[in-house]
Amino acid sequence: MNLILIALLVLGLTGLLAALLLYLMAWKFKVEEDPRIDLVQEVLPGANCGGCGFAGCRALAEACVKADSLDGLLCPVGGSEVMAKVGAILGMEASAAEPMIAVMRCNGVCEARPRTSEYDGVRSCRIQNSLYVGETACPFGCLGCGDCVEACQFDAIHINPKTGLPEVDEEKCVACGKCVKACPRNIIELRKKGPKGRRMLVQCVNKDKGAIARKACLNACIGCGKCQKECKFDAIVVENNVAYIDFNKCRLCRKCEAVCPTGAIHSVNFPPKPAPKAEPTDNAVTTADQAQSSQTTKKEEAQA
Amino acid sequence: MKTFSIGGVHPHDNKVYSAHQPIQECPLPKKAIIPLVQHIGAPAQPVVEKGQKVKVGELLAKAGGFVSANIHSPYSGTITKIDSTIDAWGMRMPAIFMDVEGDEWLDTIDRSTDVIRECQLEPKEIIDRISAAGIVGLGGACFPTHVKLMPPPGKKAEVLIVNGVECEPYLTCDHQLMLEHGEEIMIGIQLLMRALGIDKAIIGIEKNKPDAIARMNELAARTLGVEVLPLRLKYPQGGEKQLIDACIHRQVPSGALPIEVGAVVDNVATIYAVYEAVQKHKPLISRVMTVTGKSVEKPGNYSVRFGTPLTEVVALAGGVPEDTGKIIGGGPMMGRAMNNIDMPTNKRVSGLLFLPENESRRVEPENCIRCGKCVSACPMGLEPYLLAKQAEKQMWDEMEKHDVMDCIDCGCCLFTCPSHRPLLDYIRMGKATVGGIIRARAQKK
Amino acid sequence: MKQLIVAPAPHAHSGDTVRRNMLLVILALLPAYVVSVLEFGWGALFTTLISIVACVGTEWLIAKYILKEEPTIGDLSAVLTGLLLAFNLPSNLPWWIVLIGAVVAIAVGKMTFGGLGQNPFNPALVGRVFLLISFPVQMTTWPLPQGFNGSYVDAATGATPLYYLKQMVKGGDSDAVNHLPDLWNSLLGVMGGSLGEVCALALIIGGVFLICTKVITWHIPVSILLTVTLIAACIGWTGMLPEGMTTGQYVAYQLLTGGLMLGAFFMATDYVTSPMTPLAKLIFGVGIGVIVMVIRLRGAYPEGMSFAILIMNACVPLLNKIRPKRFGEKVKTTK
Repeated sequence: MNLILIALLVLGLTGLLAALLLYLMAWKFKVEEDPRIDLVQEVLPGANCGGCGFAGCRALAEACVKADSLDGLLCPVGGSEVMAKVGAILGMEASAAEPMIAVMRCNGVCEARPRTSEYDGVRSCRIQNSLYVGETACPFGCLGCGDCVEACQFDAIHINPKTGLPEVDEEKCVACGKCVKACPRNIIELRKKGPKGRRMLVQCVNKDKGAIARKACLNACIGCGKCQKECKFDAIVVENNVAYIDFNKCRLCRKCEAVCPTGAIHSVNFPPKPAPKAEPTDNAVTTADQAQSSQTTKKEEAQA
Repeated sequence: MKTFSIGGVHPHDNKVYSAHQPIQECPLPKKAIIPLVQHIGAPAQPVVEKGQKVKVGELLAKAGGFVSANIHSPYSGTITKIDSTIDAWGMRMPAIFMDVEGDEWLDTIDRSTDVIRECQLEPKEIIDRISAAGIVGLGGACFPTHVKLMPPPGKKAEVLIVNGVECEPYLTCDHQLMLEHGEEIMIGIQLLMRALGIDKAIIGIEKNKPDAIARMNELAARTLGVEVLPLRLKYPQGGEKQLIDACIHRQVPSGALPIEVGAVVDNVATIYAVYEAVQKHKPLISRVMTVTGKSVEKPGNYSVRFGTPLTEVVALAGGVPEDTGKIIGGGPMMGRAMNNIDMPTNKRVSGLLFLPENESRRVEPENCIRCGKCVSACPMGLEPYLLAKQAEKQMWDEMEKHDVMDCIDCGCCLFTCPSHRPLLDYIRMGKATVGGIIRARAQKK
Repeated sequence: MKQLIVAPAPHAHSGDTVRRNMLLVILALLPAYVVSVLEFGWGALFTTLISIVACVGTEWLIAKYILKEEPTIGDLSAVLTGLLLAFNLPSNLPWWIVLIGAVVAIAVGKMTFGGLGQNPFNPALVGRVFLLISFPVQMTTWPLPQGFNGSYVDAATGATPLYYLKQMVKGGDSDAVNHLPDLWNSLLGVMGGSLGEVCALALIIGGVFLICTKVITWHIPVSILLTVTLIAACIGWTGMLPEGMTTGQYVAYQLLTGGLMLGAFFMATDYVTSPMTPLAKLIFGVGIGVIVMVIRLRGAYPEGMSFAILIMNACVPLLNKIRPKRFGEKVKTTK
């Protein structure tokens, strides 16, 4: 009996002491944390992809709580929807961010870009790029080893075995930008998704002079400047022998696509035969343009 | 017999194909392309214009910085354009295009075959002539030679180490050069000793070249301060740091230059070029290169002027063999596989090796079995298995902590790996990335 | 011109393969195997066969149907595991126990970690220790050498010399000295014990062959054997031995009996589970030597080689932190 009592007493006292100590410690080293951080974090997707530029969702939540306004803070995965919720929690106005998407700016498919050699090293774009021009003659084009595929956390990018090029799954892509960083040739870019997913882009980054670029790849932009002249909105710039469409200025008139001699300009998600009302742009579109664009769509189909 | 102390491997030397083939002059091409980057450092700046007529030995482009080298015309003819051409890995490089018309040399160049022994020049004058002649290390790295001869203040050279090792399998150009031009090389050594103000030189030669050892020994007996050191066969003995370790048992510390331990290393081909530049006023416009391979019709050593398309050199050796799978610029251990042979020769290419298709492909890698063979093979005492894994996982800080910058790209780890893991591929990429990080950090400070 | 192949340097390879290394180890084990077949008869053949087939089969099944990857049984590592496991078993072990051991060795010891190269512990020893703990009676009833007479079931059984060696130092059994085989017999393997561990001479020949063909380095075996020699000699010098036993004899018995030779040359040197740099290998070997002697002298089991190796296996990740000597590294001077 005595033994049990002693044991109980000793253990009980030790426990009490430990509890007291823990309480004191917790009180002394308490970290004041804004409870809103937890609330904000709960709204965020929790993918910890780092697409926002912070080291995970918690860090973004902290930054949001600390910030005076939500300008420049954006969760690319959740988009404006999530940011609106964050804004509601913090009592701030969330800036309306347009949804972005990763796009592939090389269209050097196998038929257009003949292979000149066979690469037998590690299947890594990074390594191949540091040593060789790649398996084709284009020193700017996609190497096709799939570093971007590996970088993607959302299973949104895959190599198409037919073309040898990666393709972005529009449903899954959250525009976190991991693939952009992974590509050693800076081919992948984040662009505005566009109304109904419609957008225009130049699918070539070859900075060589026209003749050389064309020799390496039939789909190359040769920097002729026709599109630049055609564009009424100053959205196209030709620099270093390659055209670039500014997605903030582009009004999706598709005239550039029609004049491009090599088919380097692509329109995405437009209906195959555009009816006048379906055209998202205003009266700038004439029937002649539509005829031309439908021609190019046909041409594209034929190419595919 | 001496050799370096850490690691190393023993690849089959395969030198029989082109060994003892007399050096043969390659005929002049009709059109030539002279690259402006033939060395480590800044590209040379062209000093000629389109349409200008030049003679052999005239300056085409001058050094673009301290670590850079002059480029002289190997031909007489007309400059057609200055444009870019494609190098052996498909990248662009600036080059001077020329139509070759005849073979007219500058009058100042002594073209006789007499050996000129006397030299009364001051060290400074010797270095100036070397610098003007655009001489770079012809062993492979192409580091401008005159830079090596000017030690930074506070450092003093004690010994000149002459690299006659040629540890790369297949290559025989240095071997043949020692046999045919041993006397000139010996004079070149004396010139360099004079330029450096030292009285000791060691010629390191691997023992698989007994005739070269005998020939150089015979010449060294007549020369004060020069010693021939036969070395045990082991790759990468021709690596600068390894050779110094083998010859004088001093190890160059991590990140330092050989001058730190008082050594200056030059390849025999470089020294031959030094002789020609100083005694004959002939700039560096040609080099001896080995064209070899198991199925090459006429493997041999060819003296080729820079800018000759490789196709012409290959034609001289009997054309591209039927079964070729890989063409390597240099030896099989460190040379780079080329994706075309339309490019011109330059100071860098010490050989052209044709590997048959069945030897060209890598074996599918298996799991690392942690046997540690790469660790014992690494001549720098690194842990290749670990570095490769870190590079794969992009752990750059860890790589730096594990001394990735000491890697000399020798390829021993991949050569020895029983699982055929592409260790060096990853390490090389990691080294480049870590190097970039270190440079960026240095710039910030 | 046809397409050229490009790849980063080097373009040459030594021609060494995992398969070649495994094959050489198997070759090196053959002399010892021949001896054990001659001594233990069909039992030795039968046990080995079951063990190898079970190991290879388990690896194939797991790789194909659970990991869903191309099975890598062609590299012979599973064959080697099976062979080494059999070497560590008594030759009269019931076939189903051998089967369990083999399945545990591959499934638990190797494949759970991801297959060849990933396992922290030597798979054959994992299998063996599993059996030793699960079936202590069967695992410690060793048959006496009978010669190749085919009697598998009726083999006479007895304790191994190590048991008597332990008794001797503990001082329990005064008769222990008389039970020991003579030294020549222990060298040639005419004594009771596990299937492959009895013939020290054949194992030494195999080990030297491996060192000569550069499959293994000398560091691990030599450091193990030296450590054991040293500790055994200390026991002798401190006068713990009974009458009729000299220090030299005691050392020789410690070296030649039990699984020491097999462990030192073939088990501890397993690539995957041993450290990589020379210094780490020496420490690894010394560690094994110390642990094995502690178990032999004071442990509950007469033999401790398996445990010693497994314990040191656990230290390998730590030992691999020891860097090899870098080129140009300054020798540290004591301040």
